[in-house]
Amino acid sequence: MMADAPILRVRDLNKSFSGIVAANNINVDVAPGEIVGIIGANGAGKTVFVNMITGYLKPSSGTIEFSGKDITGIEPRDATHEGVCRSFQISQVFMTMTVRENLLIALAIARESGSAMLLPVDHPDLTEECDRLMTAYKIEQYANSTVSTLSQGVRKLLDIAMAVVSDPKVLLLDEPTSGVSVEEKFGIMDIVMAALKEKGTAVLFVEHDMEIVERYVHRVLAFYQGEVICDAPPEEALLDPGVIEFVIGTDYHSANGKSEAADA
Amino acid sequence: MLATAWNDKTIRWAVIGVGFLAAIGWLLPTWVLNNVMFGLARGLAVLGLLVLWRTGLVSFGHALYFGLGAYAVALLEKYTGLTDVFVKFGAAILVAGACGFLLGFVLRNYRAIFFAMLSLAFSMVLYGVLVKMEVLGSTDGFSVTQYTIFGWDPEGKYPLFCFIILACVVALTIVQLYLKSALGFLTTAIRDNERRVEYLGYSVARAIHIKYLISACLAGAAGGAMAMALGQVDPDSMVNWTVSGELVFITIMAGAGSVVAPFIGAIVFEFLRTYAFEWAPQAWQLIVGGTLLAIIFFLPGGIWSVLEKPWAKRETDDG
Repeated sequence: MMADAPILRVRDLNKSFSGIVAANNINVDVAPGEIVGIIGANGAGKTVFVNMITGYLKPSSGTIEFSGKDITGIEPRDATHEGVCRSFQISQVFMTMTVRENLLIALAIARESGSAMLLPVDHPDLTEECDRLMTAYKIEQYANSTVSTLSQGVRKLLDIAMAVVSDPKVLLLDEPTSGVSVEEKFGIMDIVMAALKEKGTAVLFVEHDMEIVERYVHRVLAFYQGEVICDAPPEEALLDPGVIEFVIGTDYHSANGKSEAADA
Repeated sequence: MLATAWNDKTIRWAVIGVGFLAAIGWLLPTWVLNNVMFGLARGLAVLGLLVLWRTGLVSFGHALYFGLGAYAVALLEKYTGLTDVFVKFGAAILVAGACGFLLGFVLRNYRAIFFAMLSLAFSMVLYGVLVKMEVLGSTDGFSVTQYTIFGWDPEGKYPLFCFIILACVVALTIVQLYLKSALGFLTTAIRDNERRVEYLGYSVARAIHIKYLISACLAGAAGGAMAMALGQVDPDSMVNWTVSGELVFITIMAGAGSVVAPFIGAIVFEFLRTYAFEWAPQAWQLIVGGTLLAIIFFLPGGIWSVLEKPWAKRETDDG
């Protein structure tokens, strides 16, 4: 998958909070269109890594390059303009507005022009694209519902749909299936991956559910105490002794009948 | 642009409403005409506070811009002899807007009580300057006695009343179109989730700065209109913290549901105060304060919440 030049290149990235190391010498390359799963126990540094790439946190040292351009420490909105967007563990949507209004605002901002911001929010240029997005993310039946009345699953889809309106080249999803029912998990991921596949967007997503990781990713980054302890395809990573010990535990393979392979 | 505005039902009904008001204005007794003029003028400032309110920001210092607008009108007349209402009004907006633009760089970084108190602090600085400086009229202020319209020197206040109505319609139309634009929709979006707005790629600070500038211009316009309607400017009636308090009072009383609400609320406030003073000169504040308490307890959405249902029904019937 790394035959293409990396679209995202992270070198020697470090972050500490009052002496507590949250990211320790992280080196990662991501190719265009690659799907990367980020796994690790709570506090392993996964979200800190995502926050540094998207500008929410400034690294203590190290560099982040996007398409050959240094984007280390830029503001979140500048990261979005560059083409690095994200969704959140807890959906960050506009709760008192409808699904349609949420997307219309996101679309107007994505136009990146002052005049688009002065258009009526129900302008046909915006509403057509809004309808297309709601169909792609299967949320059209909630178009006129206030977001606060909707389930976590719908909010997650809306959160992700809002993150992709500007056609990002790299999309970071922070636990896209957390807080949703088991039945909804695969449904959400199927919808998101189908919508993103056409665009060739590189996706990095933080995930605790290994079934999701196994099914969707090309590569796994396993974090432990701020370090990447394994960077490999899922079939290798999930059998890695370090990953089993510090991240997923032996129960996962036992439950899935893979204990022998793990032992080997 | 005009067609877009006319297609908006709120604007259409507001134009019809104030047109009716203008038509019957010459029949009204002077004290009623004055009260409506004061209400409309104050309504302009409250319209500006509504823009901030919908963003989740409350300013306790908009008397700063109200006062700047009023003093711009008075000083222009006193030191240059200019009396044209359009020039005076333009000067009021320009001075308040310039100040709002500069202070906006500071205030856009603050929220909640810090935003409110910092606004108040800036307004009290102007109050302090005005009461200490003779050249600015000190505590006595100035009178604003003359007004002309394109060289015409009218008698009575009815032409000024019509001018203020025109100013209100223009302001109401601009704010309504703004609130219906994507930039206007950001008011609610920012109140809901600033972090998401930033991650969508828009600077929250810039959006708040624009809203603050709009509200400052409206408050300046309000001060200019009030100075001409009242015929007098002084620190206590134009810049003191009580003026800011009244504007917040009217915003709560009116409700933030529509751009029409500030004008209705402001006119109700003027008559409430007039009658309270008439009936209980020693305790009129008690009546005004009691009314606010009653509205907070029983009508948390303000006066507009009473009108909202019939208004929504009319919109459905119309379209």
